[in-house]
Amino acid sequence: MIPGTFEYYRPDSVASVVALLAKLGDDARPLAGGQSLIAMMKTRLASPEHLIDLSAIAELHGIREQGNDIIIGAMTTQHELIASELLAKYLPIIRETSLVIADPQIRYKGTLGGNVANGDPGNDMPALMQCLDASYQLVGPKGEREVAARAFYNGAYDTALQADEIVSAVRIGKPVAGHGYGYEKLKRKIGDYATAAAAVMITMSVATCTSASIGLTNVSETPLWAEAAGKALVGTQLDEASIAKAVAAAEAITNPASDMRGPAEYRTKMAGIMLRRALERAKSRAHG
Amino acid sequence: MAKTHITLSINGNEVEALVEPRTLLIHFLREQQNLTGAHIGCDTGHCGACTVEIDGMSVKSCMTFAVQAQGAHITTIEGVANPDGTLSALQEGFRMMHGLQCGYCTPGMILRAHRLLQENPTPSEEEIRFGIAGNLCRCTGYVNIVKAIQYAAAKINGTPFLEAAQ
Ligand SMILES: Cc1cc2nc3c(=O)[nH]c(=O)nc-3n(C[C@H](O)[C@H](O)[C@H](O)COP(=O)(O)OP(=O)(O)OC[C@H]3O[C@@H](n4cnc5c(N)ncnc54)[C@H](O)[C@@H]3O)c2cc1C
Ligand code: FES
Ligand code: FES
Repeated sequence: MIPGTFEYYRPDSVASVVALLAKLGDDARPLAGGQSLIAMMKTRLASPEHLIDLSAIAELHGIREQGNDIIIGAMTTQHELIASELLAKYLPIIRETSLVIADPQIRYKGTLGGNVANGDPGNDMPALMQCLDASYQLVGPKGEREVAARAFYNGAYDTALQADEIVSAVRIGKPVAGHGYGYEKLKRKIGDYATAAAAVMITMSVATCTSASIGLTNVSETPLWAEAAGKALVGTQLDEASIAKAVAAAEAITNPASDMRGPAEYRTKMAGIMLRRALERAKSRAHG
Repeated sequence: MAKTHITLSINGNEVEALVEPRTLLIHFLREQQNLTGAHIGCDTGHCGACTVEIDGMSVKSCMTFAVQAQGAHITTIEGVANPDGTLSALQEGFRMMHGLQCGYCTPGMILRAHRLLQENPTPSEEEIRFGIAGNLCRCTGYVNIVKAIQYAAAKINGTPFLEAAQ
């Protein structure tokens, strides 16, 4: 399978990318790791006439601390997310999630920016970013703006990103120390997208849950932030009755497709089970 | 469509070439460079038969364009033998442990295992299996591939590998 023809550009600054996108219009696409885009170009689901490779732009790489936030450059690869000591310290759920994405080769190339900008409901990072209440920093001809991950996804491959903008970084507030976390993903094999997956972040005060945030992957056209499910847990001891309520609230907002990963009803139930497991692990890890 | 000029290093040799931007790295290596060791299995990023090493990363060369390799250092299976022509520890391991049957997956397996051992010189069986999860083999059932990598790790580390004695 050979992609259609295109012109290739490798600028070395965000300003030049923005200028190129403004000049070339809708026929231009940024190229990050290429692990989704090249596959789409081979099947001609995408046939951009201009590809703007972001890999040479130093300012898009790297992970840093900024006050109470962690800023992750869009071109940071999944491999780098796994290796990061800063993330291991503040946001270990990112490592846990990265490790269940694709396989080693894809993770050396695939980037956080590409994963969140792609808009494929199968991508794992978007629901995690919603769970963490992350924001995406976007740069376009009118300058910079920030969009919350929870407000970014409109539908499959339909996001708040304009054709002349790129994601430059992802900003995540540092969770409190001692929080509990878990990302659970059901997949048919390594390298498969989720049949269903759940991201959970909780804080506990002694035995009482004081905050809970839940994201769900690949059980709708968009990632889902299960707000009501999280609320159902706050103030409880995470006892069976409260967990059952949260699981029911999460299952209620799913709307998965019936496909080779299973019928819709099954995938909804699996979302509930992934949530239970992620919650159990988060609870066992939380201390407060 | 205009071709793009690229310079890169392949197996230690400086290479200059003109490529169409849409040329995938695997096609560039096999058809323009006559390096046919890396194979095309699935062409969709799943099987790993096309795995090569680029700047310290294992990469599926069917999922990257040759133009992206501008300035890169690439190693393919043709470049992994010892400088004196003898087999590298991994190649020897695959041979001694019967880590291949048809051999189609082997160049990708060896390149991936090479990087794995660079990053983790003493991997457990579980770490080996997780580390080669992006490489499919339709023949061996993986048991002997795992042994081949354990053999190579032992040889590189100078530690005994009991299987090898049998
Ligand atoms: C075999 C295989 C298995 C996989 N399994 C999984 C999985 O289990 N879970 C998962 O989440 N993913 C999976 N992936 C996808 C992988 O994680 C991709 O790397 C990721 O989806 C996209 O990242 P990328 O850097 O490769 O982006 P690209 O493929 O380069 O780009 C994807 C899209 O995002 C746009 N884009 C990229 N970067 C930016 C930016 N900074 N600003 C604006 N737009 C941008 C591109 O124009 C394109 O439309 C798999 C891929 C393969 C080949
Ligand atoms: S041919 Fe590249 S992964 Fe299968
Ligand atoms: S030896 Fe035949 S595919 Fe691995």
